[in-house]
Amino acid sequence: MDIGKDLVAASATPLVLAILSEGESYGYAIIKRVDELSGGELRWTDGMLYPVLHRLERNGLVEASWGRSESGRRRKYYRLTDRGSEELANQRRQWRVVNETLRATPFKRFQLVPQAI
Amino acid sequence: MADKGGEQMLEDRIQEWRSYLHRREAIDATDVDELEDHLRSQVADLRGAGLDEDEAFLIGVKRLGELDTLSREFAREHSERLWKRLVVADVGEAGTQWGREAFVALGLAVAAGIAIKVPELFGLSWAGSERAQLFYARNLSLFVLPFLAGYFAWKRGLDSRGLLRLATPFVLGALAMNLLPFNPGGHTELLAAIHLPMALWLAVGVGYAGGAWSSHDQRMNYLRFSGEWFIYYVLIALGGGVLMMFTMFVFGAIGLDAEWLLESWILPCGAMGAVIVAAWLVGAKQSVVENMAPVLTLLFTPLFTLMLLSFLTTMVFTGSGIDVGREVLIGFDLLLVLVVGLLVYSVSARDPHAAPGFFDALQLVLVISALLVDAMALWAILARISAFGFTPNRVAALGENLILVVNLGWSAVLYARFIGRRAGFAPLERWQTAYLPVYAVWAWIVVLIFPLVFRFQ
Repeated sequence: MDIGKDLVAASATPLVLAILSEGESYGYAIIKRVDELSGGELRWTDGMLYPVLHRLERNGLVEASWGRSESGRRRKYYRLTDRGSEELANQRRQWRVVNETLRATPFKRFQLVPQAI
Repeated sequence: MADKGGEQMLEDRIQEWRSYLHRREAIDATDVDELEDHLRSQVADLRGAGLDEDEAFLIGVKRLGELDTLSREFAREHSERLWKRLVVADVGEAGTQWGREAFVALGLAVAAGIAIKVPELFGLSWAGSERAQLFYARNLSLFVLPFLAGYFAWKRGLDSRGLLRLATPFVLGALAMNLLPFNPGGHTELLAAIHLPMALWLAVGVGYAGGAWSSHDQRMNYLRFSGEWFIYYVLIALGGGVLMMFTMFVFGAIGLDAEWLLESWILPCGAMGAVIVAAWLVGAKQSVVENMAPVLTLLFTPLFTLMLLSFLTTMVFTGSGIDVGREVLIGFDLLLVLVVGLLVYSVSARDPHAAPGFFDALQLVLVISALLVDAMALWAILARISAFGFTPNRVAALGENLILVVNLGWSAVLYARFIGRRAGFAPLERWQTAYLPVYAVWAWIVVLIFPLVFRFQ
């Protein structure tokens, strides 16, 4: 499914933070995890993840360090900071509000159609 | 074996892709590493799924996204990178070379700063007697330009023959300036003092060209270098001025007079060291910033054209002639130097393959109006020169005028041919570089021959 550009941009931060809350990771693995969690429905242009990671790093939500991959290649790992965890909790509250509001509207019905079939 | 070929091809394509990414200003070297890791992981997975190297590479690159969009996203996050920084220009593989160059340049700058203070050990104070001041005036360029030449000799790795050839003009200059029995404060002495820096500056060009001084491209590069160097030097001088003002101010605030410190240390040592630092900066920043000299040329060519045309019109309408005072000839020489400078720097930055355009026509108008103005000045001067007689100053000024007029005259012809599409742009470039030795020869004539001809007066 093609997800709109704005929605991809808006969901990138909570998704990345949530995935990193599972433990340290790197760009390619994060992309793969998103793919896996969404059952292949949510696809980003891979390169776009990196400016997002750099922004999170600049804002102190994640910290990065250079390490090695299994094959010995230089690889940049990202890990959630305390501020990142706070921000994740904050995002969760916000998304819950959005989610509950949507569910209270006729929007809910559209969502339920496929299940009814 | 075939598999090995595929691996190699993949490596080549990744290297190519890396260098392609690297050209984007917003994406720096560590980002490229990070993206490469991503691409390689992707390719490995796709290969594992049964694709060949070629397919895996293409899909991997495609999934990373279109380069323009990607670099725009990076630019949004890293906007500071679009403002290139000077000192951290590129600390990649070139980092060590860069560091060594900075070290040598700063070392030579300090050495030049110290060199200018050495004569003081022998009682020749910077702000001392007239004899000392004349000594500094004659030898000023000899305290710093050898260091600059040495910097280029080091940078280009000159062999002993090249070094010898590079050193000859400096030795010659030093001998002439200190052994010829100049009449203290006389015309020939001052003329030599003014022309030696020019002669030696062109000699430094031999070092800049790494000995290949007959190469047209190297000469053009040296002209470009000189323009940029001048701009950097002026900028450093402005900064130095501010530094000295504040030194005076803060020490003045506690009742101390810092003027002696400025006059005998900061000013002379700084002025010498800045020559080397500016030269180093031009080289270090070459690939980083737009060259400034052509930009200034673009701004000022129309303004100077306008000024000269309005001057000519005014002269025609009011009928007033040029008042031939002492300084007039030198003033008009400087005007021609300026026009030659505008010409050279617009030539140096022009794409030689572009078709003639509006700016070329403007350049031609500038050259012709400068020639007309100069012709009128020369007319006025020549009419009275028999009454004045031939002093060394006047002969020098006339000689320079002649040299510049020949340059501009032939440039005008070449420009006219180019605009009329009867010739390309290359002859104009070649004319400017081929003409460089003329300046050198003239400068050496004034330094070496004038004192003899005019009996050191």
